[in-house]
Amino acid sequence: MSFSTFIQHCLTGISLGGAYALISIGYTLVYGILLLINFAHADIFMMAGYFMIFAMASFPWQVAIPIVILATVVLGVVIERVAYKPLRNAPRMSVMISAIGVSYLLQNLATYLFSALPQGYPTIPPLKKVIQLGSVTTSLVTLITPVLTILLVILLMLLVRHSKFGMAMRAVSKDFETSQLMGIKINRVVSYTFAIGSALAAIGSILYFTDRMSVTPFSGTMPGLKCFVAAVLGGIGSIPGAMIGGFIIGITETFLVAFGYSTYSDAVTFLFLIIILIVRPTGLLGEELTEKV
Amino acid sequence: MPDTPVLELEHVTVQFGGVVAVDSLDLTIQPGEIVALIGPNGAGKTTAFNAITGVYKPTNGCIRFKGDILEEDFPQGKMRKLYRGRDAGQYQKRVVRTPDEICRLGIARTFQNIRLFKQLTVFENVLIAYHCHIQANIFASTFRLNHREERRMRDGAMALLDLVGLADSAQEKADNLPYGKQRHLEIARALATQPELLLLDEPAAGMNPQETDELTSFIYDMKERFKLTIFMIEHHMNLVMDISDRIYVVDFGKRIADGRPEEIQSNPAVISAYLGVQA
Amino acid sequence: MPVNKHRKLSPVLSLAVILLLLIFLIVLEQHQASNRMVVAVLQKGAILAVAAVAMNLPNGFTGIFSLGMAGFMSIGAYITAILTIPTDTIESVYYISGVAGWVMSIKRALDGLPQPLLVLVALLIGGLVASLFAFLIGIPVLRFKSDYLAIATLGFSEIIRALVASPQLDRVTNGSYGLKNIPGFATASGSGALLIPFAIAAVCIFIMVLVINSSYGRAFKAIREDDIAAEAMGINLLKHKELSFVISSFFTAISGGMLAMYMRSIDSKTFQVSLTYDILLIVVIGGMGSVTGSIISAFLITASKEWWLRFFDQTLYIGNWQVPLLRTGFRMVVFSVLLMVVVLFYRRGLMGDREFSWEDILGLPRRWRRRRAVTAAARADAAEAKDGGKHDA
Repeated sequence: MSFSTFIQHCLTGISLGGAYALISIGYTLVYGILLLINFAHADIFMMAGYFMIFAMASFPWQVAIPIVILATVVLGVVIERVAYKPLRNAPRMSVMISAIGVSYLLQNLATYLFSALPQGYPTIPPLKKVIQLGSVTTSLVTLITPVLTILLVILLMLLVRHSKFGMAMRAVSKDFETSQLMGIKINRVVSYTFAIGSALAAIGSILYFTDRMSVTPFSGTMPGLKCFVAAVLGGIGSIPGAMIGGFIIGITETFLVAFGYSTYSDAVTFLFLIIILIVRPTGLLGEELTEKV
Repeated sequence: MPDTPVLELEHVTVQFGGVVAVDSLDLTIQPGEIVALIGPNGAGKTTAFNAITGVYKPTNGCIRFKGDILEEDFPQGKMRKLYRGRDAGQYQKRVVRTPDEICRLGIARTFQNIRLFKQLTVFENVLIAYHCHIQANIFASTFRLNHREERRMRDGAMALLDLVGLADSAQEKADNLPYGKQRHLEIARALATQPELLLLDEPAAGMNPQETDELTSFIYDMKERFKLTIFMIEHHMNLVMDISDRIYVVDFGKRIADGRPEEIQSNPAVISAYLGVQA
Repeated sequence: MPVNKHRKLSPVLSLAVILLLLIFLIVLEQHQASNRMVVAVLQKGAILAVAAVAMNLPNGFTGIFSLGMAGFMSIGAYITAILTIPTDTIESVYYISGVAGWVMSIKRALDGLPQPLLVLVALLIGGLVASLFAFLIGIPVLRFKSDYLAIATLGFSEIIRALVASPQLDRVTNGSYGLKNIPGFATASGSGALLIPFAIAAVCIFIMVLVINSSYGRAFKAIREDDIAAEAMGINLLKHKELSFVISSFFTAISGGMLAMYMRSIDSKTFQVSLTYDILLIVVIGGMGSVTGSIISAFLITASKEWWLRFFDQTLYIGNWQVPLLRTGFRMVVFSVLLMVVVLFYRRGLMGDREFSWEDILGLPRRWRRRRAVTAAARADAAEAKDGGKHDA
């Protein structure tokens, strides 16, 4: 492998990792607060892909992108309100089944509305612009993705660390009931969390599908699973952890594909999950939780 | 020659992050004794129970059961720097057991906030506890090749329910029992594992004086009938003073006093711990 | 006492129902040509009933959330298919890249077996291999919260799917071309088309019921109710969760093998995650923790999906008016909405965690009468109170 192809793969890997990072933040935030694997997150991400196809059909990209983000946020928040909020006091498994139900519904709805055939993802002209860096040729999206990801993560961390909302969010994730007693409006915090997660998933979806070129009703499943693993790898509940996890998984996957092991690239992700669960169940940046008996 | 103690805690320390919940606790319980562990809220009593039953592992120190090491550990890894308890460096060995192993060795417990198998019947709750000593493997048990053993377990469970006065509600859901009966059922379930040492975590919590009196004689009866040693955490002083042979008092994870009930009642350190008066 | 009478009556009733069912199946089998749809629904219902009960074992009875059904089913299906495809036609199935040598030698070794025995051996091998996989995944994952198990098993089933379709396994699984020429349940004369799947399903479900009612099954339920208390009562959590998970995977693989025999041709797309969700739908609607609920719901859902509600997927005209919404894919939307409705509003499903019993059914009229009497009394009381109020005024 020559140096320039190596750099090429690195860039692709970092770019894929950036998209993964943005999606896994959605998992990590929701899990941190509700202790729920939001199975529907993968399909929210998939729906964002379809939203883009439709938005780009009638608007220029400058208008389409905000529309897509807004639509995805609305979808995410509505899902929380309809499918998770009524189950706040239900057993954990019911909530998980509800999450799976939403995922199942979104997949079937997408199949019904847009058919199971792959739909071409529109090109966003500036993202596709080809640039030459020495001997490496790449499109702008590859460079924008990691920069955008890191920027968004920093922004989000500032929000969580220094805003009143962030404080509420941290309080809720530490102790749901007590923070409710302290007058925090739980439902609003949860809604905002879903809104942030969905917005990031929408941005991630734009970056991801621009490279993949097509969307199917099942395009969300595998990236979704990987991003959850990324969140576990980084330490569930930790935003920088999710970012690091996303990058690790994206880069590993790219190199496995580059070396011709594409069949095993998915398997390796789950190997990561199993190894991290054995070696360090709290993830790279997670903190230890002791269950009270 | 004195008997081997049933339970010995030697410098047992449990530390969570920077918080030392139990600090170098020493404690000895002789066979057939009823020993109470008392102390203000947050003194580390339940944590000590959890260390004995294997829910938490001790950060440092050694626990012996009938003379044999049950658990032993010393600060390792990150804990080595963080360790703020006493008596570091005395222990080198590491023996860790899971709660189910400890139960099978003969230590059973109840919980502060009742933990019954709520949706199952009273009978099933007790029957399940017999499972820990099952001889048959899953294959034999599935195809009922162990029907004699199964019979024995069922008869045992029924007899035990009879003994604790719950036979009439055997087929009721555990969740539907009145609160006091749930406490009794939890003790019966613990007895079904055939323990030698029974740990009761606030058995009288939430009971009125009359119920507490009933419970007191119940615990005493069970102790006599099953030749048990009992170690309990309790806040109801009447109960504690009535039936305990000895009392240990802890505060901030440390033992501040121990002795016979009348000694404890007049101990200035205990009074100050409870009332906050300078001794 | 009427309850006692019912208790004596119930084995008789059960026997009668089983006998009737048997006669019904035999008669139906003889007239299968004119009842294709009913036969297909019953076959698939029996297969999915096994899968649903197997999924219920960890999810409904042990409280661990496993989503690897599709993966374990595909292991069972592929092994059953490879072992039962007639040796003389196998070259034509693998016409692209040929059959691996070791696969052929296993097939030759089993060639002497008569067909029914071969099917049983194939199903058992499939089950055992799946159990081995389950055991290995279980070791690291079952120690942690059940959420991780959900993700790990879901991931596992996607990996299996990717592996099955991968070019490296072309000579074993025929890669993305899939397998065909899988013999069905029936012999050449058509007999056994219903009796064989029902017999296998009955045996599988019966064994699972025995497990659930054994001392180990009680321990599973204890873990579901409160794992900390269960552990304190001497139940080794990891061992019992492993047992439940492995047994479930064994029977899931058998149902997968039966599915291969039902479909006659399979490929990796048959075993997508949505297959797991289909089974989850059955389990949730039947009631988590109810075997009879799973069985009833397996047949109900299969019948509605494949037969009664089939028309949802077709454009329908009434006169000149086209019924809106009905076109390909609408059926599955309806079923996913149904799943959501059940989870949100009828969390207990059809049966909750109770089992079907004749005593309940036979006791119903009496209970209805009593309820009516109680409401009547209440109404009378209310009326009286009202009257009393008037008097006071």
